[in-house]
Amino acid sequence: MNRKAFLAMLARDAHVARRNFVPLLLQTLLQPLMFVFIFGRVMVGSGYMPPEYKSLLLPGIMAISMVSAGIWGVALPLIAEFQFTHEIEDRLLAPMDISWLAIEKVVSGMLQALAAGLAVIPAGWALLRPGIELSLDHPLLFVAVAVLVALFSASGGLVLGCSVGQANVGLMFSMVVAPMIFFGCTYYPWTALKSFPVLQTAVLVNPMVYASEGLRGTLVPQFPHLSLLAVLSGLTLFDVVLLAAGLRQFNRKAVN
Amino acid sequence: MRIGIRTRDLRKIYNSSPPFAAAAGGFVSEALSRRRRKQPKTEIVALDSLSLDITPGEIFGLLGPNGAGKSTTVGILTTRVRPTSGEAWIGEKNVWREQVAVKRLIGVVGQRPNLDFSLTALEILAFHGAYFGLGSQERTRRAEALLDRFKLRDRAHQLVRGFSGGMMQRLSIARAMMHDPQVLFLDEPSAGLDPQTRLLLWEIIREYNRGGKTILLTTHNMEEADVLSQRLAIIDHGRAIAFGTPRELKASVPGGFLLRLRFGHHSSDLLQRLQTLAGVREVRANEHNGADLYADRGGSLVPEVANLAAAASVELCDVHISEPSLENLFLHHTGRSLRE
Repeated sequence: MNRKAFLAMLARDAHVARRNFVPLLLQTLLQPLMFVFIFGRVMVGSGYMPPEYKSLLLPGIMAISMVSAGIWGVALPLIAEFQFTHEIEDRLLAPMDISWLAIEKVVSGMLQALAAGLAVIPAGWALLRPGIELSLDHPLLFVAVAVLVALFSASGGLVLGCSVGQANVGLMFSMVVAPMIFFGCTYYPWTALKSFPVLQTAVLVNPMVYASEGLRGTLVPQFPHLSLLAVLSGLTLFDVVLLAAGLRQFNRKAVN
Repeated sequence: MRIGIRTRDLRKIYNSSPPFAAAAGGFVSEALSRRRRKQPKTEIVALDSLSLDITPGEIFGLLGPNGAGKSTTVGILTTRVRPTSGEAWIGEKNVWREQVAVKRLIGVVGQRPNLDFSLTALEILAFHGAYFGLGSQERTRRAEALLDRFKLRDRAHQLVRGFSGGMMQRLSIARAMMHDPQVLFLDEPSAGLDPQTRLLLWEIIREYNRGGKTILLTTHNMEEADVLSQRLAIIDHGRAIAFGTPRELKASVPGGFLLRLRFGHHSSDLLQRLQTLAGVREVRANEHNGADLYADRGGSLVPEVANLAAAASVELCDVHISEPSLENLFLHHTGRSLRE
């Protein structure tokens, strides 16, 4: 690995993120915070949802923000750079094994995902208080889950960014990201699916389930959630598989 | 330290259309896949046993029509295309096995613009320098010098989105020179440039070469190959069909001059008579009821050709005279024009 080249590429991504800070912030936070406001504030305030739904919802929204930020932060630039501007070619010619460039993209996506997730907590708390009960009894477990979720989202972005044609970006959202979110136990806990046993089993192939349940288990453990052992194992497995698949796809895309 | 380039029997077969980075047309063969799919598999042979030996410190041109395999050659030599077989070296470094070491030695200007649209011109150069480990002050110093040299100083702090094609091309070349590579690859460097910018570019390429750097440029522009290259290879269908200095190559065409004749109808007898004219070295029938006549003189042959045609009752419809050129050489080897 060439540390200087790797850090220079991270610095380049940070520089571009700083330059695009406002649009990036809106793209990452606006939609989750509107969800928080409508479902947590309006529907709870009008009596359609019980007051405790506020606390149940926030970890799910945090998972959505993290996964969206990680996937979009890696996949969209990669699709544009490989297929439209071709600007990645300059970095592919840097004196560094090209797999490290893919890893740099993943690290950059993870940082975006973590920033997005951590921004949702105070923003959501401010929108939803009073009545929201978050606890952080096991901070290390929370950090571990958050890092694994960030890695899954950025690795997923790497796979998608190297597999989807630029004409199919809309399809990528409706066929991959949207089902992942809706069947990912984001707006409801996994136990809520017990009346739909087939669905309850089927959704376990969705990494988003482990992300939502993991954040729920570490932030609002008073609600039912998957065991943290299952969460950590599931997320680790998906991280390894997606990262390996993403690196393979990246190498195939980069070298003809 | 001067660095040369060698390739041995490079072969590249694409199983589908080649990517733009190696925008070969190649020639196509069809082979039935093992699984007996309904659609036959398309194989495109972009390079067919290409061996090159480029001397350290020279400007070497690869001249050929679109799809000849020029960009595939550059793609392989710059680690971006995996050869199907054969080997390539930059200096003593094997391109495929020592990629990182090779990338330190080379600078590449691709055929299409690939500038970082999120950065300004100065940032593009500075970040490129950072990827190659240059310190902050050195990056700024080099970047400013290059922007001056390429007449882009007044655009230093603008995003490149709004740049014209010529400005992007100049910045791409400046970027490739930023880490002072020993070997510079230029894939169709002057495509789409106005004549003034092209002259500036040629001057900069020669200046860079005077510093002992090796330059490989691809072009389908005969004038560029002639004026800029110290030696060149003419390639077609992935094979080198001629090597040498531009002067040697032009002298290798029989006679040097080419008269392309078109007649009202084909006459073998007339073609035989044309062969007897003084100064005519070779006569070849071409597909349009005509003949390509290679000779050591040009215009003065026309009346004699017209007389022979009249005597044989064949109408002479068209005459085109070419002075000694690389185009004539390509035509002599392939029967096709470089422009076709």
